[in-house]
Amino acid sequence: MQKALTPRGSLRAMYETMALIRAVETSLLDLFGKGKLRGTVHTGIGQEAIAAGVVAALDLDRDVICSNHRGHGHYLAYCGDAKGLIAEIMGRPDGVCKGVGGSQHLHKKNFYSNGILGGMAPVSVGMAMGEKTKRSGAIVVQFAGDGALAEGAFYEAFNMAALWKLPYMLVVEDNGYAQSTPKALEQSGTLADRAKPFGIRVMEVDGNDAEAVHEAAETLSDHIRSGAGPGVLYCSTYRLAPHSKGDDIRDKTEIADAWTREPIVRARAKLPLEFCDAVDQAVATHVRDIIEALA
Amino acid sequence: MTPDTTPSTYLQSLNRGLHAAMAADEAVHFAGEDVLDPYGGAFKVSAGLSTRFPDRVHTTPISEGAITGLASGMALRGLKPVVEIMFGDFLTLTFDQILNHAVKFGAMYGTEVPVPMVIRTPMGGRRGYGPTHSQSIEKHFCGIPGLKVISPSHVHAAGDLLGAAIASETQPVLFIEYKSLYPLPLFTGSELLNVAPAPTGSYATRIVRNFETGEPDAVLIGYGGVAPLMLEVAERLAEEEINVSVVLPAVISPLDIAPIAQEVACARRALVVEEGVAGFDWGAEVAARLHETLFGKLDRPVRRLASKPQIIPTSKDGEAGTLISADDIEAAVYEELA
Repeated sequence: MQKALTPRGSLRAMYETMALIRAVETSLLDLFGKGKLRGTVHTGIGQEAIAAGVVAALDLDRDVICSNHRGHGHYLAYCGDAKGLIAEIMGRPDGVCKGVGGSQHLHKKNFYSNGILGGMAPVSVGMAMGEKTKRSGAIVVQFAGDGALAEGAFYEAFNMAALWKLPYMLVVEDNGYAQSTPKALEQSGTLADRAKPFGIRVMEVDGNDAEAVHEAAETLSDHIRSGAGPGVLYCSTYRLAPHSKGDDIRDKTEIADAWTREPIVRARAKLPLEFCDAVDQAVATHVRDIIEALA
Repeated sequence: MTPDTTPSTYLQSLNRGLHAAMAADEAVHFAGEDVLDPYGGAFKVSAGLSTRFPDRVHTTPISEGAITGLASGMALRGLKPVVEIMFGDFLTLTFDQILNHAVKFGAMYGTEVPVPMVIRTPMGGRRGYGPTHSQSIEKHFCGIPGLKVISPSHVHAAGDLLGAAIASETQPVLFIEYKSLYPLPLFTGSELLNVAPAPTGSYATRIVRNFETGEPDAVLIGYGGVAPLMLEVAERLAEEEINVSVVLPAVISPLDIAPIAQEVACARRALVVEEGVAGFDWGAEVAARLHETLFGKLDRPVRRLASKPQIIPTSKDGEAGTLISADDIEAAVYEELA
């Protein structure tokens, strides 16, 4: 795919990122359905604006990203390496981690993911400690879902990050569900407020609005990079596809309704139709070519 | 790192090892609970570090899991963290960070990612701390791929081993120190016991014998806090002219059976001793490996000796009745030689 000539934070560039993520993940579900993938895949279809908006606000030469089990979008937004990702999930030696890590365990340059929920919070804080010690000016950004916030490790990590004013940003992707369990059955209080008693700055944003996510991520990353301490970017969104594959028990009208408010629909409404169609076609061809080459 | 030749206790040796490691490399950071001077850590192993290296010694909240994760993160980003877990019993809280994080990063991304971190912790009983502050739970951490578990005895230059682990290891190390060894002088030999010259290697297995010539009648194998008990038994048996070799590996997992098997091959009778509780124990691994290595060459099955499989009472008599003792070991040796 052609590198965007537009600035990274422009809606056009973010649309390209979102379209790539959508095309790759749709293809992964298709490959899974055909029995071409082993294990499982967790897609973030419907959550692309968060990956695109946040990563476009980062300094990719130095910032560090810690991702989770639902991390394909974060990875693609970070480096655009669709071939390395797809090959990895297919378990091939030419995958980005030689087929060892698979979907949930990706690493390239400053990008790390792990499928254990919550555990990456202290690790991210340790990375932030490392970056602060080295005076690199980098910030460490961790992505996590609402379900993961039930893990105690976060609160130990919040405490240390705030205590030591570390350059740590947690991006919460609140998609309303912890696997199959709706938030109301597993979280008490106001989830977005969880980090506030630690003195951590929290910004809440519509996670389906790439521009809003990007603007908030820029504001928060500037704040964190200035040495003011950690921050939480709390993004509301909806996962359109099943938790992993074919295990969806959610209300069908709820899902149908969410398709009308998803980030790509939202971005298309603000962009020229011909631009969007051209991007969609380009990414479709790009992903099809990759899969054909790997088949 | 130059070997520490100053006479010192096990604790002083560890403290010197930490000082030397931090002085040698600015990437070394130290983190743990209550580690700042003048307190200097619950057992004073970190004494003086925060005064000498104020920017690299971090007193932490009571969050054992998180500080272990913190160390992984620091290690992944180019530092060499050393974490102190105040009591070995609290390692339970670090298990997810060790098993699903620290040891995974090095191998699960397809190419080796360096994760140089050392988790050190005081282990064991005999100080009256009761059921949750006296245990020896390291067997639960043995056999984890990617994790090196080191537990030096007082026959080892403990601080040098710690320094080597900090300076040279590129993947996580769990460093088990026995509380009961802290006040003991490093052992270099006695009237009745001689320490075999150390083979090369940072963590060489040490052998102490109660005889000068001839072959051992039995071999005692153990690590960490049971070393003084085994040496005491060797001294008692010297007076009875029973030849005993005490074999003390420092790296308890993964286990290099070769130096142990070499000594056992001469005696053909071996006893494995540990302070942890009996059952699914370290001795089971040693025994299995010895039987694999020396099948048909042993006079008796390898005998395992461990503490009773029950909680450790706080009372002096209760604790003494639970933990493995020199008398237990001595009696077992006589049974094996009968």
